[in-house]
Amino acid sequence: MNKLPLRARLATSVGGAASKVSRLAGRGDGSVIGGVIGLRLEPGLLAMLAQDRDVVLVTGTNGKTTTTRLVTAALAPLGEQIASNAFGANMEAGMASALGQAPDATIAVLECDEKYIPTVLKATHARVLVLLNLSRDQMDRAAEIWLLARRWREAIDAAPDCHVVANADDPLIAWAAAKAPHVTWVAAGQRWHDDSWCCPRCGSHLRRTGGDWRCGECSFTRPPVRWALSGDDVIDQAGRVRPLDLALPGRANRSNAVVALAVAEVFGVDVVHALRGLRDVVSVAGRYTTVERRGVAIRLLLAKNPAGWLEALDVLRPPPEPVMLAVNAQVPDGRDTSWLWDVDYRRLRGRQVFVGGERRTDLAVRLEADDVTFELVAGIDEAVDRVGHGSLEVIGNYTAFQQIRTALGRAA
Amino acid sequence: MTSSLRLVWVYPDLLSTYGDRGNLLVLERRARLRDIGVESVFVNSDQPVPRDGDIYLLGGGEDLPQVLAARRLRADGGLAAAADRGAVVFAVCAGYQLLGHEFGGADGEPTAGLGILDIRSGRGDRRAVGEIVADVDPGLGVPVLTGFENHQGVTRRGPDAAPLAQVSVGTGNGDGTEGAYAGRVLGTYSHGPALVRNPGLADLLLGWVVGPMRPLPAERDELALTLRRERLAAVTR
Ligand SMILES: [Zn+2]
Repeated sequence: MNKLPLRARLATSVGGAASKVSRLAGRGDGSVIGGVIGLRLEPGLLAMLAQDRDVVLVTGTNGKTTTTRLVTAALAPLGEQIASNAFGANMEAGMASALGQAPDATIAVLECDEKYIPTVLKATHARVLVLLNLSRDQMDRAAEIWLLARRWREAIDAAPDCHVVANADDPLIAWAAAKAPHVTWVAAGQRWHDDSWCCPRCGSHLRRTGGDWRCGECSFTRPPVRWALSGDDVIDQAGRVRPLDLALPGRANRSNAVVALAVAEVFGVDVVHALRGLRDVVSVAGRYTTVERRGVAIRLLLAKNPAGWLEALDVLRPPPEPVMLAVNAQVPDGRDTSWLWDVDYRRLRGRQVFVGGERRTDLAVRLEADDVTFELVAGIDEAVDRVGHGSLEVIGNYTAFQQIRTALGRAA
Repeated sequence: MTSSLRLVWVYPDLLSTYGDRGNLLVLERRARLRDIGVESVFVNSDQPVPRDGDIYLLGGGEDLPQVLAARRLRADGGLAAAADRGAVVFAVCAGYQLLGHEFGGADGEPTAGLGILDIRSGRGDRRAVGEIVADVDPGLGVPVLTGFENHQGVTRRGPDAAPLAQVSVGTGNGDGTEGAYAGRVLGTYSHGPALVRNPGLADLLLGWVVGPMRPLPAERDELALTLRRERLAAVTR
């Protein structure tokens, strides 16, 4: 750290002080403000802070925060200090802040927003880049995903030393990663197919058989994988089968865990040791946490886009477990609620369903079209009172989820 | 069941970006509530478009899929043939543009459309993103249009297409009008599930096929009308 130029050291310490002030003042967890100030003083700060560290970048539409947490856990057996933006502050400032706060960490596991991958990959000279999946997300502001995949492809082409860990089941991801000299392909699954019916290379219809896919026209096919998820087990390249036994629920988290094992392999961590680390993770930035409220056990799930909703609906305990859905359309959520019509809600039939959030009427109309009966509620407490006892699952999109966490007193 | 209605969703693999399924679900629901039987057909871009459908739906799409969809629909000929014999076509966003003579391709270059609707589209200077409100052509008997637009298209109408509506909030075609129609072919920039907030427009399309229909019982329409009111109240005109 002493090798940092004076300006960068100053930027880091001023940024660090600002983080501390922000935390003390109770304004957020301080994970961004320090980086914002630091980058203003020294725009090259991220590159300087990343120097001489083994950086892992994690990106994709869904599962970034959880996978970042799981990769950190899988690398724990190395016994090194690890810097990480564990709370999802995934733009440059959040990354700089995480690095600045851990000057002695030799490894950094950083969640990175999809759009920033070209810049950040270049700045950090990342040792490993993790590509999870790509699907429609907050379409009123996000770049189109084919365009995004093309930018990743160019960035990867310009970073031949970077080892890419990529999901072979997502054709757009496979296309983006295909040019890298070193790729570990993982069969991490793809629950959502609606953004990848066509070949990213030539545009023809992709043919799918089971988990396999290939283009009907050109030679583009699913690459052979080194790691695979099968039910609750992980299968390695030698065909050895091991149970994952995660504390985190759901298929999406199991595939994130397999990705984390592939990253651990790049670092030479034994799979048995890495697995032990993964099993210790019980909640990620408030998600999957269970909170007690007036005698009702509430479990919180976050879902930000159609693919995320599919995954969250997969995680729900079976009916008649009641569920509350909450939807907002503030700027971080995307101002447009059209995506609600991309989610199949029919499987909520037969449960008690509560509908909340600022755009609950949009959601109500959607559920009506799927013949799901529901009750409108003003907030989480009304749902809790109507449930009375037992447990309640809650799925919210970004700001709706945060509002509910706040209402539950940040115990979550 | 008095009759059966055939809905054809054209190329959901290429033209479905913003919850376009909503239009199909709304048409199905409003038909069923009136005891009209419905059969829905999904036609992917590697399949021929059937010519015997009653209502054809086209959704939005990114630039590349839009160009591909236009090329395949031109080669297939099924949609144009159906429109020729008087089938209803309802298209939003990228789907709307490709019904015309030409539209802006992946790099903005003029790309041939289907020529089913007398419009020409190109790429504008800025992206129009946000709520749109527009007064529908009184001749159609449909209440004010409310929707969300997200496009960078600019569309000019030829003499054979009438504007669907006059914009009071938002951008639409870029000249103060929004959407276009000719006969039973109708397109709009109000994207994705455009019929969800505009049940009157959904009923117009259904009525073009089955003739005059009774209105839905009030309680069946209540939520959709509440949503309309909420969204209209959220934007100042
Ligand atoms: Zn191909």
